[in-house]
Amino acid sequence: MNTRVNIAGIELKNPVMTASGTFGSGMEYAEFADLNRLGAVVTKGVANVPWEGNPTPRVTEVYGGMLNAIGLQNPGVDVFMERDLPFLSKYDTRVIVNVCGHTVEEYTETVEKLNSTDVDLYEINLSCPNVKQGALAFGQDPKVLEETTRAIKSASKKPVIIKLSPNVTSIADMARAAEAGGADCISLINTLIGMKIDINRRKFVLANKTGGFSGPAVKPVAVRMVYDAAHAVKIPVIGMGGISNAEDAIEFILAGATAISVGTANFHDPSTTIKVVEGIEEYMSKYGVADINELVGAVSV
Amino acid sequence: MKQKEKAQIIEQVELAPGIWSLRLKTEMAKEAVPGQFIGIYPKDGSRLLMRPISICDADDKDGLLRVVYRAGGAGTKEISSYKAGSEIDILGVLGNGYDIDAVKGKKVLLLGGGIGIPPMLYGCKVLKEKGTDCAAVLGYADSNMFLKDDFEAVCDTHIATMDGSFGTKGTVIDALNEQGVSGNAIFACGPMPMLRAIKSYAAEKGMEAYISLEERMACGVGACLGCVTKTVNVDHHTHVKNSRICVEGPVFKAEDVDI
Repeated sequence: MNTRVNIAGIELKNPVMTASGTFGSGMEYAEFADLNRLGAVVTKGVANVPWEGNPTPRVTEVYGGMLNAIGLQNPGVDVFMERDLPFLSKYDTRVIVNVCGHTVEEYTETVEKLNSTDVDLYEINLSCPNVKQGALAFGQDPKVLEETTRAIKSASKKPVIIKLSPNVTSIADMARAAEAGGADCISLINTLIGMKIDINRRKFVLANKTGGFSGPAVKPVAVRMVYDAAHAVKIPVIGMGGISNAEDAIEFILAGATAISVGTANFHDPSTTIKVVEGIEEYMSKYGVADINELVGAVSV
Repeated sequence: MKQKEKAQIIEQVELAPGIWSLRLKTEMAKEAVPGQFIGIYPKDGSRLLMRPISICDADDKDGLLRVVYRAGGAGTKEISSYKAGSEIDILGVLGNGYDIDAVKGKKVLLLGGGIGIPPMLYGCKVLKEKGTDCAAVLGYADSNMFLKDDFEAVCDTHIATMDGSFGTKGTVIDALNEQGVSGNAIFACGPMPMLRAIKSYAAEKGMEAYISLEERMACGVGACLGCVTKTVNVDHHTHVKNSRICVEGPVFKAEDVDI
């Protein structure tokens, strides 16, 4: 049985990855899940300098999911390279660094610093709410997305995954823009923008008022967007959004994802990633699937 | 070592309106120190996140862990509906706990307010075992005084109620002043206004104070950075003036946090 998949020339032992921001830099979950068994670990967003993030409350539960407004708190790329990367490098798994920034220059500065390391791929978070051009400009305007992708791609010596925001009119247009800008791969969905109000206090629950909605409740939206994006581009797609078990993962793969990420489910069960790896193998045995790549985009009417 | 496990419910009783005492059979009882907490998962699939609840007592001999919690929201109300004999998923042991060795030879004031009272009971038990003197000052809203007898059985206990129905009318600090309770270190847990007042009180009296903070949490293991507190200095892990309450806390030296 072959579970290996290829993303932009990088081979993963299986299609199961972690979703950025839900797994730290692997260290916190290493006692729950054997990182050697994962296709890749995707780190929490890393910027050129440390970021403080938003005021609290930053997280809240909602029906079938949660909202978060962490604000991309991170220790900066220098600490990441000194502390987190050596930890991750000890494991037999691919390392994908999620890169965040406020400006194109901030993204490229981080990417250039990481070029000399043994990081396998970059995932570029182009859905930050606080950017130079205004709210969500990087991820919501196809022209800006394409130009930003091109600038980061030219600074990068590693394959680049562009992470797409679902908060757009046409996900297919955004996928095509990333591909036109030279992206090697796209990943989606980032979180949906949500809000929760405490009716007793008549206040917003999150200090940031809005937060990114994730968890099982978003899965049908995510599957549809992965399907649309995968049919719009030739580059590989990494699917995520509410994946809690192997059945969910298979659904994304059938919709067109070459690899998948487990996010919010890690908070519910810290060993979810391993269960998804095992469950995919069981599904393949059950249906006599010799190569997982046969399943990619295999949904039919 | 942290883990997620199924724990058997040994006892689930309501101590006061909406305040529940839950005893669990779990290996975590062997490791737990005062001030640490566990995450309890609701079973309803629409509720994903664990509820962080502080440890009220742990007995390593019989492997029993006790938590006392307020069933305020839908998740904790659901948890309170599970009876003895059933099982529930828990994550633990989480957080750092009170630094028992740092207060050796001192007299420790255990200040608990509302649902911050339960962890003080385990603190009292362990301090006494180590031969450290302590006194408890408990602040309740009214005369629904849960755990009062448990405290009185193990240490000198003073009470404040906000409505004045028992003990000193007012806060735990009002009780300290009115009842003439003194010591030279503080362990505290309670609502933020109380912790702020204790931070000032301790600074004024030159006392060492350790306070336990609460925040909305997602992962409980330091990965998501959801539950942070502002700190006075740059945190060694985050490299910004934010510490993770679930890992570096929930107990902090009062002077180290910007609350």
